[in-house]
Amino acid sequence: MSDKVLMKGNEAIAEAAIMAGCRHYFGYPITPQTEIAAYMARRMPKIGGTFLQAESEVAAINMVYGAASAGVRVMTSSSSPGISLKSEGISYLAGADLPAVIVNAQRGGPGLGGIQPSQSDYFQATRGGGHGDYHMIVLAPASVQEMASLTIKAFDLADKWRTPCMILADGTTGQMMEPVSFDFDIAPAPEKPWALTGTQGKRAHNITNSLYLSPEELETHNFNRFKKYDEIMKTEPIAEEYKADDADIILVAFGIASRVSKNAVDEARGAGIKAGLIRPITLWPFPSDILFKHTEHARHFISVELSMGQLIEDVMLSTRCRRPVTLCNRAGGMIPVPSQILQAIQNVAANGGN
Amino acid sequence: MTTEYLFAGFGGQGLLFSGKVLAYKALIEDKFVSWLPSYGPEMRGGTANCSVIISDSPVGAPIITNPDVLVAMNLPSLDKYENAVKKGGMIIVDSSLIERKVKRDDVSVFYVPATDMASKSGSPTLANMILFGKMLKETGTLNEETLNAALGKCISARHKDMFDLNLNAVKIGCAE
Repeated sequence: MSDKVLMKGNEAIAEAAIMAGCRHYFGYPITPQTEIAAYMARRMPKIGGTFLQAESEVAAINMVYGAASAGVRVMTSSSSPGISLKSEGISYLAGADLPAVIVNAQRGGPGLGGIQPSQSDYFQATRGGGHGDYHMIVLAPASVQEMASLTIKAFDLADKWRTPCMILADGTTGQMMEPVSFDFDIAPAPEKPWALTGTQGKRAHNITNSLYLSPEELETHNFNRFKKYDEIMKTEPIAEEYKADDADIILVAFGIASRVSKNAVDEARGAGIKAGLIRPITLWPFPSDILFKHTEHARHFISVELSMGQLIEDVMLSTRCRRPVTLCNRAGGMIPVPSQILQAIQNVAANGGN
Repeated sequence: MTTEYLFAGFGGQGLLFSGKVLAYKALIEDKFVSWLPSYGPEMRGGTANCSVIISDSPVGAPIITNPDVLVAMNLPSLDKYENAVKKGGMIIVDSSLIERKVKRDDVSVFYVPATDMASKSGSPTLANMILFGKMLKETGTLNEETLNAALGKCISARHKDMFDLNLNAVKIGCAE
């Protein structure tokens, strides 16, 4: 027997966060991610950590701001409508250059929407979500194993770049159980000389702040932050390429949509169509170079998403309109079946890939 | 090889639990596996189901469109999923709760009055495990060692009595 355990994606996130040294969790329940809060409520008191169910999402994210300011590893989680409530606080975290991990197990929207899985918060996540010029690093797990491994990575990236980092999951990846191994090498969190840890009378006091009334000063902060973003865009994009090297038709999909897409690629290959898949793992920074590289041989791209055409914009930008891009989607909590995606591939193939 | 199982019925019948035992059994047998529940405002009394995929290669989509095996514990589930089962597949029906017969003739069908059998055995809530035992037997996947280990993973050691009752129910199903 292997050392793997069977666990829900949500629980894998919670366990991985604890392994990564997260001892502070602030949240507010919402389907389909409540297992994260439940797991934290069970575990945190036993390991000297803090689990706190706040009075609202707004309160929870501001508690995250406080803990992040104190230099500790901190996490919150929610689902789509709750993330909208947290967006103001996420903007403040970005504006104060504070590391924190935020999990969004997406459900259908807009509004209160539904509780079934969705990817329709793609724009919100990859464009920042709150107000002001900022980005956060966005990671998109496609398996329970990745729910764990990318959570650990999220804490590392958040600390490394002093930025909020989001795990963009969905109802399916949160609720499903798969075998998962927690055999990780955990790097210690870096020193945080900027943190508000008490001066002991030995140094000038630190401030975490996002308010700059002088436009010159605020502009400088924004320019500097975007230099950091340039570095992140250069060094951090990751994607999985599946049968993409010789593909005529390339699907682009992340998270649960990529799982269904993989089945469709295999079925298309079985039918003699050279299909492949690029699965962005970082949604911001988007792996644009990897997509662009494949415009050399691929004749057509298909964006497979659980939204009304959000990912497709990044596919178009990345391929610089060298190749046509088609949308294959479901929305509102529905998930495409492999045959729907296969049909989209066959339609493109029948048209000579054009 | 990939086998897709769908357990469907009312919330509270223990279908998600049977699916979890099956998934753990497969994990212990070093197979690739996924388990996906329906989730939502169903909980008790509404419809609930769970999809388990067991494979020799990594599992793609965890969602099942056409199961190889359907375990149905109420009429709405049989009505909904009967035609989705693959040709040559298997349907296991709790005939205590579903009066009608399966209409298809291109699948193997087993009628087990599991809810009545469970009541008679003194564990009225374990009809799910009786059907589970029948399913293991008819799919040729019974392996006592991995079954025991899987039950041990799904039932905490503090509840040894529940372990015994569940195992007994599976055995009743296997003998059926």
